[in-house]
Amino acid sequence: MDLVLIMAAGIGVGTILLFAAVGEILAERSGVLNLGVEGMMLLGAVAGYATAVSTGNAWLGVLMAMLAGGLLSLLHAIVTITFRADQVVSGLALTFLGTGLASVLGEGLSKSGAISLLPAFSIPGLSLIPVLGPVAFTDQSIMVYVGYVLVPATWLWINHTRPGLNLRSVGEEPAAADALGVNVAATRYRYTIAGGVLAGLAGATITLAVQPGWFGALTVNGRGWIAVGLVIFAQWSPFRAAAGAYLFGAVVQLTLAMQLPPTLLGLPNPFYEYHPNTFFLEMLPYALVLLALVLGSREAMRKRIGAPAALGIPYIRGERGR
Amino acid sequence: MTALQMRLPVSFRLEPRLTAPRWLSPALTAGALVVALVISGVFLAIVGADPIRVYQHILVSSFGDIGVLSDTLVKATPLILTGLACSLAFRMRLWNIGAEGQLLMGAWGASAVVLFPLVPAGSPAIVVLPAMLVGGFLGGALWGLIPGALRARFGVNEIIATLMLNSIAFAWIQYWVFGPWTEGGFQMTRKFPPEAWLPRLSDLEAVVPAFRGLTVHAGFLIAIAAAVVVWFIVERSAWGYEIRLTGDNPRAARYAGIRIGRNVLLVFAVSGGIAGIAGMTEVAGVVHRLQDNFSPGYGYTAIIVAYLAKFKPLRVIPVAILFGGLILAGREIQPSGVPAMIQGTILFCLIASEVFLRYKVAIVRRATRVASAKAG
Amino acid sequence: MPEGDERMRDAPSGIVIPGVAAASGSAPAASPLAVELRGITKRFPGVVANDGVDFTLARGEVHALLGENGAGKSTLMNILDGLYQPDEGTILIDGQPVAFRSPRDAIAAGLGMVHQHFTLVDSMSVTENILIGLDKPRFRLDLRRKGAEIAELAEANGLRVHPGAKLWQLSVGERQRVEILKVLYRGARVLIMDEPTAVLAPQEVDDLFRTLRSMTAAGRSIVFISHKLGEVVSIADRVTVMRRGRVTANGLPATGMSKAELARLMVGREVLESLERTWLPPGDVTLSLDNVQAMSDMGVPALRGVSLDVRAGEIVGIAAVAGNGQSELAEVISGLRPCHGRILVSGEDIANHPVRKVIARGVAHVPEDRTGVGTAPNLSLVDNLIMKRYRHKPIARGWTIDMGAARASATDLKDSYEISAPSIDTEARLLSGGNIQRLILAREIESEPKLMIAVQPTRGLDVGAVEAAHRLLLERRTAGAAILLISEDLDEVLTLADRVAVLYEGRIVGIEDAAGADVGRIGLLMTGGTPEDPLRGEDEHVEAAAKGLA
Repeated sequence: MDLVLIMAAGIGVGTILLFAAVGEILAERSGVLNLGVEGMMLLGAVAGYATAVSTGNAWLGVLMAMLAGGLLSLLHAIVTITFRADQVVSGLALTFLGTGLASVLGEGLSKSGAISLLPAFSIPGLSLIPVLGPVAFTDQSIMVYVGYVLVPATWLWINHTRPGLNLRSVGEEPAAADALGVNVAATRYRYTIAGGVLAGLAGATITLAVQPGWFGALTVNGRGWIAVGLVIFAQWSPFRAAAGAYLFGAVVQLTLAMQLPPTLLGLPNPFYEYHPNTFFLEMLPYALVLLALVLGSREAMRKRIGAPAALGIPYIRGERGR
Repeated sequence: MTALQMRLPVSFRLEPRLTAPRWLSPALTAGALVVALVISGVFLAIVGADPIRVYQHILVSSFGDIGVLSDTLVKATPLILTGLACSLAFRMRLWNIGAEGQLLMGAWGASAVVLFPLVPAGSPAIVVLPAMLVGGFLGGALWGLIPGALRARFGVNEIIATLMLNSIAFAWIQYWVFGPWTEGGFQMTRKFPPEAWLPRLSDLEAVVPAFRGLTVHAGFLIAIAAAVVVWFIVERSAWGYEIRLTGDNPRAARYAGIRIGRNVLLVFAVSGGIAGIAGMTEVAGVVHRLQDNFSPGYGYTAIIVAYLAKFKPLRVIPVAILFGGLILAGREIQPSGVPAMIQGTILFCLIASEVFLRYKVAIVRRATRVASAKAG
Repeated sequence: MPEGDERMRDAPSGIVIPGVAAASGSAPAASPLAVELRGITKRFPGVVANDGVDFTLARGEVHALLGENGAGKSTLMNILDGLYQPDEGTILIDGQPVAFRSPRDAIAAGLGMVHQHFTLVDSMSVTENILIGLDKPRFRLDLRRKGAEIAELAEANGLRVHPGAKLWQLSVGERQRVEILKVLYRGARVLIMDEPTAVLAPQEVDDLFRTLRSMTAAGRSIVFISHKLGEVVSIADRVTVMRRGRVTANGLPATGMSKAELARLMVGREVLESLERTWLPPGDVTLSLDNVQAMSDMGVPALRGVSLDVRAGEIVGIAAVAGNGQSELAEVISGLRPCHGRILVSGEDIANHPVRKVIARGVAHVPEDRTGVGTAPNLSLVDNLIMKRYRHKPIARGWTIDMGAARASATDLKDSYEISAPSIDTEARLLSGGNIQRLILAREIESEPKLMIAVQPTRGLDVGAVEAAHRLLLERRTAGAAILLISEDLDEVLTLADRVAVLYEGRIVGIEDAAGADVGRIGLLMTGGTPEDPLRGEDEHVEAAAKGLA
């Protein structure tokens, strides 16, 4: 069990969660809860893979994946912002829709054979840093490096720019933003779609980079939901989301690695000896998310300032509160 | 949207509706269903399937004759129960997405009665079956209590919590089915003894020859009974009143002296328990053993059933039968994602249609306003 | 009388000749009217909010828009501010017709509205709140430099504010200053103030009026929406009165108008609330608060040792400026908030008891937030009316609810309290504000409580509903209930209460009999001043906010 390899792989897997989580942070900061992330990721995954298969160009696949995610989130935006429907149910419906549609569209794709993937490489110089180098900068997919840039960029955008100020005001007190001329609906549309685009990107990161191939509904396998949970744990901060995503990825890789060797820390490996025991390892990531949720929720309750105040509540001009 | 409106001589505005005519709600539901089927048809056409044939196939192979109708009712049984579970929770705005996991744990609980065993082996059906029912209810109730407690105590988002627990339950079943209870290492346990089987119509074929081959089982009756009980609870009991009040306005509920935390626990427990009974009816009435992946996502379809039934317990029954037919036919349709896609589209169109229940579209002539501005 | 402006000459038929503003050195603009509204009509489902309304605002004047709640004043100004679009009619700014599609357009035209309900983001700082929605800075947000600019602007207009303070730390008066700064920062030449004094103590009102006069001296024009006759007469140059969506008096000069005349124009009849008030011998102490302390939602102490007695057959009114602990006071008594200290109802300590038990002890609570707390919007009248009684006979029957009894009771209450609604199955959200309050009062009184806590019972209601509410409270008093009346409307408190207690920063700083109470003294106590040092309270607050945030 090579810990360095495990952590490096964990970063790759974590990047998938990262994109989805950052996208969700943007949407939720504007006050829109998007629970359709799972469906958008899967749709993005199949769109990206199918495009790459038919055109031979992985980048085109990435583009199509982002488009697919964006389109699905556009539906969510229309129904929740313009039609003022319940955001929770709309998200759930889109998860069903997206997953079903993706399965239908992806029929037969798994037999497509090898395709060109997105490039993976090391960064010279940075990859020589002890510990951090081999883990973070060696032989990683280009998507991972995109993730490294996306996180601080998002943080800067939200907290230190004028559009970011408007974004935050829309999510906290839309009436205040509206009275000062901010177009609340347009802002929410923009960031909801941005969330969907990033979810689609996350899907493409799976099929075209980190876990190449198409495996039907199992391709995403609940990671969209994990990303939403991660946002709560992250207290809507991109940096904390990144930390949680990479940590989660590392744990998942660890549980996979733990199943293989005959001995573990000198003792006979229970997962090697009795195969059904590995099912408990499978439970571990989900149990961890539960733990993360509890920690994040407790913190929110303690600080009393957690989610954007207007999250989940449709904004209707002239109506005070709910 | 404004840019588009600028080019039209009229603009559309959503105005809140004060009252709605009684025919509007069912009309919108029917309309949404039709639109959803059309949209799904388009997607089917895109992948090369013939939508008309697919829909025809669904109708025939699920409702065509008494035999398939019986099969449909078999599929509807767990849907009624999980649909009730979801309706109860959703009425209080508790998003129990964990009906699938609670169903699985109920199945495990019922199986444990037979496979540990928890009642002496060889006991008669009159002892075993009720014990399995209790085991199923308890299994589901305990599994529902976990997210309920997390939500009541820590304010944890129950949607994600229940989803995570679904996956954990799935792995739990796998452990037992591939491990301690396995039959030869395959993904199933040994078959249950006859006293652990729910009676079916075909058991009576000696008396009524027409019942030959009809696999609809007593679980269906349990489901109907549960629907009546849940209806009574929600509409007529004091607890049901608290649920409805809390679901509509939690702050008012607190102001009225309702103990919301306690109700969150109770509702999640009962909701989980009902879903657990669904698990019991599946292992005792259909497969007669515990096996891996025996549920085609009943707990998820139940969400859409509950929504379509507007969370009303008695309405869950016909809606569940409809979706039971969809699931039954879906097993033979290629591609395999079709039922999920149709379900998602239906739910989506439903919520989109609700806007017309709360608002009406007002068409405003733009010419008047511009003219009067110039006249100043 | 405001100085420096040219006074208007009045014509008996009500036609107004606008005067010339005393703006320093500015050449006369194309039109002397800053704002003109012609024939504005606006309809909402079920009501015509504005019906052919004309309104003019001359440059440099303070023009009061008077009317009772529901008359259509806020709607009219929301149209001017771009929040709504009129169904018919024209808006002219400086003589040019305009069509505002959103508040952004209005802001660009030099209009700025200070809303009655502040639209501020609590979790952000003063600077951030003011900067929302601006087109520049283009990208980077330099809060420190902008904060300095804002402090300068505030200083120049006689407003004291600390740019780095978070909104939730500020008092109501300070929050209003931020709202004013928001519009000043955007170069507003016309200010629309919607009921600005509703949340202020008498001294703060004087401060506000001083600020308004300095703004008009600088050439700005102000629309002042109010339903308070006394203030209108003292601050306004001209008055327009609205009733039920129409204008009943257009731009009359304020000098020489009597309150009675204005009242008649507002309501159509002489407004003199005649309340039956019987003298009652002092009853037993029903409510006794003993050194009650509690924290607010923000983790700051809200009640710092409140001690107070209320007797049966007595109304004790709490006079306080918003944010001094009134909400928390109502909540600790009704069990919705934890506290230290003792709360005795008929001798029994109910502090920190579950709400259920408090209700069972005969405590009724008419909440501040009618729709957010007091009713369930999508449930029927029946369901709303049994909210406090569903656990007791005759509504309860074992574990079930006797729907027959519930419906009979609901029909009964609907008739006797004159709740106007299509049926008892109507959903509560469809009721008007006045009817919702009738519903709540019906429900709370029906259980024959021995203690009633009424918080802002008549806020936003039309005169008929206000009279009904006052009458019901007095009837309860005669029936022997103890009533704690918490209201921001000092007039209401002085009218209804037997005794008045002033709550300031979580403490009772004075109690006196309502009859013959000195309004000036009470106002002083409400803002933390004592007769020796009237200004102590205000500045202290600003400094404290400043210190806490260096």
